[in-house]
Amino acid sequence: MLINHPTLGPRDASEFVYKGDAALIRRPAPDAPDALEQFIDYGYLRDNPAGAHRELWFHEQGDRSWLVVTRDTLTHEITDVELARDVARREGRSK
Amino acid sequence: MRYSGFKVIKEALTGHRGWGPAWRDAAPKASYDYVIIGGGGHGLATAYYLAKEFKQARIAVLEKGWIGGGNVGRNTTIIRSNYLLDGNEPFYEFSLKLWEGLEQDLNYNAMVSQRGILNLIHTDAQRDAFIRRGNAMMLNGADADLLTTAQIVARYPFLNVNDARFPIKGGLAQHRGGTVRHDAVAWGYARAADQRGVDIIQNCEVTGFRIENGTCLGVETSRGFIGANKVGACVAGSSSRLMSHAGMRLPIESHVLQAFVSEGLKPVLPGVITFGAGHFYCSQSDKGGLVFGGDIDGYNSYAQRGNLPVVEDVCEGGMAIFPMLGRARLLRMWGGIMDMSMDGSPIIDRTHIAGLYFNGGWCYGGFKATPASGFAYAHLLATDTPHPTATAYRFDRFALGRMIDEKGMGNQPNLH
Repeated sequence: MLINHPTLGPRDASEFVYKGDAALIRRPAPDAPDALEQFIDYGYLRDNPAGAHRELWFHEQGDRSWLVVTRDTLTHEITDVELARDVARREGRSK
Repeated sequence: MRYSGFKVIKEALTGHRGWGPAWRDAAPKASYDYVIIGGGGHGLATAYYLAKEFKQARIAVLEKGWIGGGNVGRNTTIIRSNYLLDGNEPFYEFSLKLWEGLEQDLNYNAMVSQRGILNLIHTDAQRDAFIRRGNAMMLNGADADLLTTAQIVARYPFLNVNDARFPIKGGLAQHRGGTVRHDAVAWGYARAADQRGVDIIQNCEVTGFRIENGTCLGVETSRGFIGANKVGACVAGSSSRLMSHAGMRLPIESHVLQAFVSEGLKPVLPGVITFGAGHFYCSQSDKGGLVFGGDIDGYNSYAQRGNLPVVEDVCEGGMAIFPMLGRARLLRMWGGIMDMSMDGSPIIDRTHIAGLYFNGGWCYGGFKATPASGFAYAHLLATDTPHPTATAYRFDRFALGRMIDEKGMGNQPNLH
């Protein structure tokens, strides 16, 4: 698999470390009244879809950026790659 | 029909006209007491033990494809019970004991071969860890044997014991481990379950659950609605897809694991060898092919095929420890889809929906667990209590902090 890095261009997937579902960006608020349930869900439960999947890849053997890759789990086709920083900022989670 | 040596001779002398199908091609009835979703090894074993050990009737196994076409035919056929943790080891030892009596029990030649399994040791720290694991195994009634390098060389003279990075310093052997012909396990359980009245319904995909007031009343399938008092999901690899129809999210990611087989060779490898440090393990099938594999690819996948970096990694590991492997040509390679759970251990439990039960999360350890998984799941379905060896395989162990994490990797499925 080639991952088309937004700033570096196409890179082999073996340069990256796979973390999992990009929903991990949305860490629950620790002071929420149902924080315990939210953190159990966040830590352990996954949608695990067959089809389009937004997921986190870390460019460990490269520029050490985190990416949000949209990939089809049935075909491995990658349709979109963004810097995780940009995604987090868009969701109001990063400065 | 009972299979025997006498029967084989009689059929040989009469033109093999007396063999019938090993199981009926059943059509679905309107309702059953038990509907098992998934006609793999675990689902068929569950139906068999429900009928035989728990004296239940009106049982159906629903399979979306054909019997033996899923993960039970895609694994590398190894059986063993060399686990460390209390939640796991009694269960896997129970499974190994069931394997030892399986062929007589099923009246089916599954080619159970206890040729032994050896885990290689390369460092002092690894030896300490393996001694601890061997002691844990023996405390649970399993066999374990710590071998010296000299003993390993005597048995496996072709191993590269002086590799610069991973010299072989010993090994932990389980002589009762080995291999089984995986297709025959599916066929044997299917035949034995069928003989006890279980309906095996192929080409019948479950497309949804009928759930009213928190109770599961049956399943919607590609062949119509089938009512059931109890529904048992048993579709490891596709668990998240199936259970999403019941509105459930699972502590599971689906990952692809590749496996390989070489051209057929004369007998060269007497047993199973695992080279964990190099992400490689190998055995030789009775047909002669070297069957080997390594790590999962490491990303969510339902594709049943992997990518080349892992192929390279597995073959490098093989060449490092087994230099003779370079002379053999690779014949086939394939991928299977695993339920990788958050702690690397399986789940056999009730769900929050009455009448709906779950068996899955087998990671890449499902094949060896087949008999015990079926037995324990049948126990749960029939009695609503977990089997004594499977009490730790609960859904709520993650929320309660009671993970069964053999490798201590945490909630990162691709590291288990």
